[in-house]
Amino acid sequence: MISRFVRLDEQHRPRVTLQVNGQPVDALEGDTLMVALLTQSRHLRQSEFDSGLRAGFCLMAACQDCWVWTRQGERLRACSTPVSSGMDILTYQPEAAWPVHES
Amino acid sequence: MASSRILIVGAGPAGVRCAETLVRHGLRPTLIDENRRDGGQIYRRQPEGFQRDYRTLYGSEADKAKALHDSFDQLRPELDYYSDTSAWHLSGQRLYAHQQGRPLELDYDHLLLCTGATDRVMPVKGWQLAGTYSLGGAQIALKNQAVSIGHEVVFMGSGPLLYLVASQYLKAGANVAAVLDTSAFSKRLSALPKLLSRAPLTARGSLLLADLLRHGVSLHFGIRPLEVLGSTDSGVSAIRFARADGSVSEICCDALALGYHLRPETQLADLAGCAFQFDELSRQWLLQLDDLGRTSVPQVYAAGDGARIRGADAAERAGELAAIALLQDLNRATPELAARQQQLHSELAVLSRFAQGLSEAFPWPAQHAAQLSDDTIICRCEMISAGELRRTVQAKGALEVNRAKAFSRVGMGRCQGRYCAHVGAEVIAAASGEPLQVVGRQRGQAPVKPLPISLYAVEPTDPAPQESMQQPAPEVLS
Repeated sequence: MISRFVRLDEQHRPRVTLQVNGQPVDALEGDTLMVALLTQSRHLRQSEFDSGLRAGFCLMAACQDCWVWTRQGERLRACSTPVSSGMDILTYQPEAAWPVHES
Repeated sequence: MASSRILIVGAGPAGVRCAETLVRHGLRPTLIDENRRDGGQIYRRQPEGFQRDYRTLYGSEADKAKALHDSFDQLRPELDYYSDTSAWHLSGQRLYAHQQGRPLELDYDHLLLCTGATDRVMPVKGWQLAGTYSLGGAQIALKNQAVSIGHEVVFMGSGPLLYLVASQYLKAGANVAAVLDTSAFSKRLSALPKLLSRAPLTARGSLLLADLLRHGVSLHFGIRPLEVLGSTDSGVSAIRFARADGSVSEICCDALALGYHLRPETQLADLAGCAFQFDELSRQWLLQLDDLGRTSVPQVYAAGDGARIRGADAAERAGELAAIALLQDLNRATPELAARQQQLHSELAVLSRFAQGLSEAFPWPAQHAAQLSDDTIICRCEMISAGELRRTVQAKGALEVNRAKAFSRVGMGRCQGRYCAHVGAEVIAAASGEPLQVVGRQRGQAPVKPLPISLYAVEPTDPAPQESMQQPAPEVLS
């Protein structure tokens, strides 16, 4: 499975379903968005400054590497935002595009 | 006496013990915390609905974690408590914060900063690849969410947390590929007299090491990290490092936990105008404090790892001492408090000696900053390399960290220098030949963390442009 995070315990929680880039994704109640996304994918977002993909760094709301967006354009810090049923998440910033800087 | 408005920032070990002492003396402090639940990072509580018990979550520290959580639960009705609340500015005895999308402004007479710490990280080429996490972050993944940061995890850096988290991963069933420590094992022996000030803890550390070895985890001391290998789309695939004898090795993995002990979170103290001093041993700027935790600014106090990196046991005691300082300043000193102060000081003396031993046993590898290749990224946020920073130093003569920040943008990205400013300063010092304390300290700036513009913006409801400049009145609590 192409995932980054691996669940080790606490897997008997109720399921919730959210939308990620328009696709339904199953998660567990109490998951952060970061865990919900990275247990089924290898990254959270595209870096604005190079071609690299990012998957968060500090998990304690300090580095801001784990930003994702709601479809309405609201920015969320995936490491500190719990999932809830019906969330509509994008891993790219809606209505924003700029050339990538490659040094 | 008119009641004094007391604001505590941070509900970790220092903040909770501070609040408890004040409540016991008849005061009602306001406590704000960024997390959803109390406990700070070290005693972080798992979300509601998780089942693991204290022993599983906190190991040998289970009793202390439970005691702190129980104290908080008892205190809770005696406090004005705001969880999930992020402070972003301080000015004129008012703290600006936001909670769940709404602005919150808190006026105070006394401010107690128990803001904790973040991982101190030395960059390595390729550390921007997806799958590199801070060591503290790796621990939070396990403690708070019961997940491992990868299928095969390498732990690299230095400090006691390196071994603790690696063994917690092992115990939880994760695959630990290796533990790579930049500190030579001999440092531990020379620091032993100080480490033996807490002999049981030192013994427990040795047991962790033995446990890792018994499970066949590859352990290396005195290494130099060379590169995180991988690709921009799939992330980390291996770690390349130089062994103590100079030979180069690679270990396959899909995740790296990277950390070199901690650095204090001091942005709010900085905005309050508190003075700093340079600590030679740790090569860090620390708040100037008296022996109770008073900063250089009247009625502003600091405790816990945000003040001095000494760990949770010391944080609990320092939090209580800061509360005692405040009580003294309110002319509420008692003989009992004086006796308690003396006891806390003697306990802290032991804990400080041990912390110093740890700094000597697991030193910050400052020399690695000079050896970072020019293509090593210093600023992960904006992908600024060591070479770009060095060119700023050489071409623009930017020998001071804030000036170099303005030219290079190192320290200006979304983490606001938390993970790069201290290393940027080391790179500048090495490139310019100036001592680190002369290169200086990156100033804190508001907002100390990014905040949504929607907090202070309103939808234009009328064509008149001045209307859209109006701000909603935030809740001000005084």
